[in-house]
Amino acid sequence: MKILVCISNVPDTTTKINFSADNKDLVTAGIQYIINPYDEIALTRALELTEASGGTVTVLNVGDPSTDPTIRKALAIGATDAVRINAAPRDAYFVAKQIASHAATGNYDLILTGRESIDYNGSQVAAMVGELLNIPSVSICKSLTVDGTNATLEREIEGGKEVITAPLPLVVSATEGMAEPRIPNMRGIMSARTKPLNVIEPVAVPQLTAIAGYDKPQSRSQVNLVDADKVDDLVNLLHTKAKVI
Amino acid sequence: MAQDRFQAPDYYLLDELLTDEHKLIRDTVRAWVKKEVSPIIEEACQKCEFPKHLVKGLAEIGAFGPYIPVEYGGGGLDQISYGLIMQELERGDSGLRSTASVQSSLVMYPIYTYGSEEQRKKYLPKLASGEWLGCFGLTEPDHGSNPNGMVTNIKDKGDHYVLNGAKMWISNAPFAQIAVVWAKDEEGVIRGLIVERGMKGFTTPETHGKWSLRASATGELVFDNVQVPKENLLPNVKGLKGPLGCLNSARFGISWGAIGAAMDCYDSALRYSKERKQFGRPIGGFQLQQKKLAEMITEITKAQLLTWRLGVLKNENRATPAQISMAKRNNVNMALEIAREARQIHGGMGITGEYPIMRHMMNLESVITYEGTHDIHLLITGMDVTGENAFS
Repeated sequence: MKILVCISNVPDTTTKINFSADNKDLVTAGIQYIINPYDEIALTRALELTEASGGTVTVLNVGDPSTDPTIRKALAIGATDAVRINAAPRDAYFVAKQIASHAATGNYDLILTGRESIDYNGSQVAAMVGELLNIPSVSICKSLTVDGTNATLEREIEGGKEVITAPLPLVVSATEGMAEPRIPNMRGIMSARTKPLNVIEPVAVPQLTAIAGYDKPQSRSQVNLVDADKVDDLVNLLHTKAKVI
Repeated sequence: MAQDRFQAPDYYLLDELLTDEHKLIRDTVRAWVKKEVSPIIEEACQKCEFPKHLVKGLAEIGAFGPYIPVEYGGGGLDQISYGLIMQELERGDSGLRSTASVQSSLVMYPIYTYGSEEQRKKYLPKLASGEWLGCFGLTEPDHGSNPNGMVTNIKDKGDHYVLNGAKMWISNAPFAQIAVVWAKDEEGVIRGLIVERGMKGFTTPETHGKWSLRASATGELVFDNVQVPKENLLPNVKGLKGPLGCLNSARFGISWGAIGAAMDCYDSALRYSKERKQFGRPIGGFQLQQKKLAEMITEITKAQLLTWRLGVLKNENRATPAQISMAKRNNVNMALEIAREARQIHGGMGITGEYPIMRHMMNLESVITYEGTHDIHLLITGMDVTGENAFS
């Protein structure tokens, strides 16, 4: 089985987010980057599948050279080789077009992504890749098994579980439960030094969106606690301060 | 212990001095400690139990012989990688770091550096994989800071040596499969031998009642007419420089390890100072608490710079024993002072197992004494700058 796992390079979950003075860019100084945690789940499941029945796992990242350490970590965890498409990931459509362009010639049985990246949380790329390649895509799966040329997927839905089958090739986005991410071992780190990391140039993609600006959430306002037996005070505050009645 | 929410301080952006591989190795060990060590270490210390199940994981993350060449099962890494691994392990617990230090610097290092090719091939792969654990016998009941006075001895009996004597304060002793032991021959020259568990007359009674390094097993090595085959003698070193070479390597690792313990105490104290409210606001807003925290991060940053530079020198084979002494002495004392200050910031909570502070503090009381005491390292620096020996 030949599996492509798409990984994003995202700020660590504990990062303190700051924007530039014009609110158009993220301030990246001092930020530690990691593999998008949902992508790591997808990578781990891909490794489990190929360890059980043979095959290769290629990781793909759309990014500039600064993402190489994140790709090397994926190789240390166990991926066979890597592809970096040498461009900043502008938006979901741009990324999906790059992935689809590479995958179209890669003859992959499975294309896995995380359910969303934890920086922009767009959750669009997997479905777009499926559409661009004209193959099925199933999003936010907590289980993935493969039997011959068919996959079985489980999704959590309101009040229950949905079981889906789909033929390969297939795009799947992963969420918690599909696999438990692994910590690389020293052998993996050492072998990652020499595993292939192929850098390819991006295909041209029209710019469909542009960032107008960023804002942080408004800080929460102060909570006024009113004694339960002072209803008049509560009504007065709602009227004069909150101005809702 | 409460959930491990550790975030490493990097006030001077020292990550920029590290390679991508250094950071990958460090982050890997950090993640392993969070996942495997933090959830169990407090209980292990409270019960005074060595968490044996972690040995396999220590081997997998490369904690055993990271700088030993790959052909002998080591990691083939540089000295800064070794230091970073020790830092992250001691962030979890000094006892765990001690186990890895002993295995790497006091057992694998002498076998690799002073051993024969046969000895390297026989022992190093098993030690790297964690199949065997080793220990190091230098300190004796009456000879600590003065190892040259040792009385443990070997006598040449033709096809073997007969070993007699006793060693104490030996990390890993109770369960080690082999011991690298230093003893005087009939001419009074210190020699190194590999003593294997099961050799007749060799016993390893455990040391009980410790208030420090409780998650690490400590014991004695007792040799009662032990017959040691001649092929177990380390052929390539004679004299005190043998064990001192090992200690140089271990002390280098300790200088990094102590930063790990200090970072954990600082991180916990910083978080606590923001969450704990008194007089209507977080205690981190009061000057006396800020003084403690500001001094902690200053000292940690200085220690980080010291060890990074020492690592560069060691990679270039230019780090002197006296430079390593300075780093070990400074950093362990720094960590112990920070643990004490952090304990105060945590108030009463600081004495409980909910926080790692008291455990680190008690561990560091050993670390400041073993591998050269705080005072002895001062005299090493003193001798180095004056040229005058003040030891005796």
